[in-house]
Amino acid sequence: MGKTLAEKILSEKSGTNAKAGDIVIAKVDLAFVQDTTGPLTVRQFQSSGMGKLANAKRTVLFIDHAAPSPNANLSNDHITLRDFARQTGCILSDAGDGVCHQIVQEAYARPGDVIVGADSHTVTAGGLGAFATGMGSSDVAVAMGLGKNWFRVPESFKVAVDGDFQKGVGAKDLILHLIGKIGADGATYKSLEFTGSTIKKMSMSGRFTIANMAVEAGAKAGIFASDATTRKFLQEEGRGKDYKTLEADADAVYEKTITIDAAKLEPTVSKPHTVDNTSTAKALKGTKLNQVVIGTCTNGRLEDLAVAVSILKGKKAAKNIRLIIVPASRKIMLQAIDKGYIKALVEAGAMILPVGCGPCMGLHQGALGDGEVCLSTSNRNFHGRMGNPKSFIYLCSPATAAASALKGEIVDPREVM
Amino acid sequence: MLNGKAHKFGDSISTDHIIPGRYAHLRSNLPELAKHVLEDADPNFVKKVKPGDFVVGGNNFGLGSSREHAPLVMKMAGVSAVLAKSAARIFFRNAINLGLPVLICDTDKIKNGDELEIDLTAGTVKDKTNGQTLTFGKIPGVMLKILNEGGLIAYVKKHGDIKV
Repeated sequence: MGKTLAEKILSEKSGTNAKAGDIVIAKVDLAFVQDTTGPLTVRQFQSSGMGKLANAKRTVLFIDHAAPSPNANLSNDHITLRDFARQTGCILSDAGDGVCHQIVQEAYARPGDVIVGADSHTVTAGGLGAFATGMGSSDVAVAMGLGKNWFRVPESFKVAVDGDFQKGVGAKDLILHLIGKIGADGATYKSLEFTGSTIKKMSMSGRFTIANMAVEAGAKAGIFASDATTRKFLQEEGRGKDYKTLEADADAVYEKTITIDAAKLEPTVSKPHTVDNTSTAKALKGTKLNQVVIGTCTNGRLEDLAVAVSILKGKKAAKNIRLIIVPASRKIMLQAIDKGYIKALVEAGAMILPVGCGPCMGLHQGALGDGEVCLSTSNRNFHGRMGNPKSFIYLCSPATAAASALKGEIVDPREVM
Repeated sequence: MLNGKAHKFGDSISTDHIIPGRYAHLRSNLPELAKHVLEDADPNFVKKVKPGDFVVGGNNFGLGSSREHAPLVMKMAGVSAVLAKSAARIFFRNAINLGLPVLICDTDKIKNGDELEIDLTAGTVKDKTNGQTLTFGKIPGVMLKILNEGGLIAYVKKHGDIKV
């Protein structure tokens, strides 16, 4: 019987013939934490008696959620991480380097890897064929110390996407549509495997956007087969040797197949306060905005900024709108500077924040006031997410965000393209 | 046997409801952090909850972030188990790792304020207020071992390894 991508990877890393439903012990190729989960991981690790890291060069501590730190408490948490890195020899990715999920794909993740991170959006690395999943601080501490952990091999849903996107529609609209269709718990404990002609043609940037949000349907992983596009991406990152071809067997068994016609998708928006509360952008026309955010681990890549520039260049964001741009990494910031994107965005009225998580988690820059409405390219619009339970968050693509910033209200991006 | 009062919540209680990001600066000061547990779902919860009480949710309890602080502050507030119709994957695993049982059962039958008695071995929830007894789904073997050792870190400390 054939294997899904999740079964293949977990078979290889556990040395067993892993099938959906099995519980296995699998080798972990990369374990990481970030600055809001890392200090607890450090304390759990230190109290566990494990002593030393199984693989210091594949253990990474990221400072990205509060970067740079807005207060003394978080600064002290950052010191905890820097001290731990010094003591153990593991890698520190400090404030200014970028969002953990972006750096993981630029520098660490490989097709076929098992990756665990103390951050739910660890699933992002599934975009290049890794089995990557979010866990809590204790589980990641164990993976750091033992180089392995236990996994239940998930059943898989095949998401087959065919057809060409309409102008103004892309990967973000596809994943928001899927979550709206199956629900925020529609794939709980499952692995989503993305396939079809649309996916084969899709850029790595788009694949990462989709994988990033697999967890918003409850999924344990969102995995893409590796192919020529993956190989090119790794070569461009100077990691061509990390490539290997990985695809599901033709006779792999899926619990369910979900088919999507990309040509029928519209610019899609998630309304407050759950990601599965979706609508077309058109139907929300007239929704007044106070803040627009373009960036984060979901849509802070160069391709996303290019879309924003194509809509905003030479124009001005609406008055009374705070337009916030957060490139996902230092590398992307530099590329955006070289290409003139940053100048064009600043001229259009944008503020550029330091690379990192930006306003997404509500712990610093860009927190919302009472009754305020934000349209964001990030991945979560939960009640209270951006620092205020009395505010409202809508999620969308970079195209919809940029077009809406021009108008000061939610619009279908095709109105201005 | 666990005894306590039910504190009823609806569907889709997220980790942002349980402990929002705006309190991230208190994550290394757990007693202060715990004062905000479930604040965005019920601002008075922390004043009402008594040691041993239960948090009773609906579908997809604990969706969202991997923050282990979510089950941690619930445990610190005295919550002895979470009951829900379904639970998000990371929250479920985190709670067990901290020794906080998450029990999947038909919580529609439980009302806010009901007195419950939970038998973890028998797999039953007795609602002493309405007289009904519910059964909850089995916790997978590996997780039961972790729960019985008092959590994952205690398990690893004792065994020096993880086995299934």
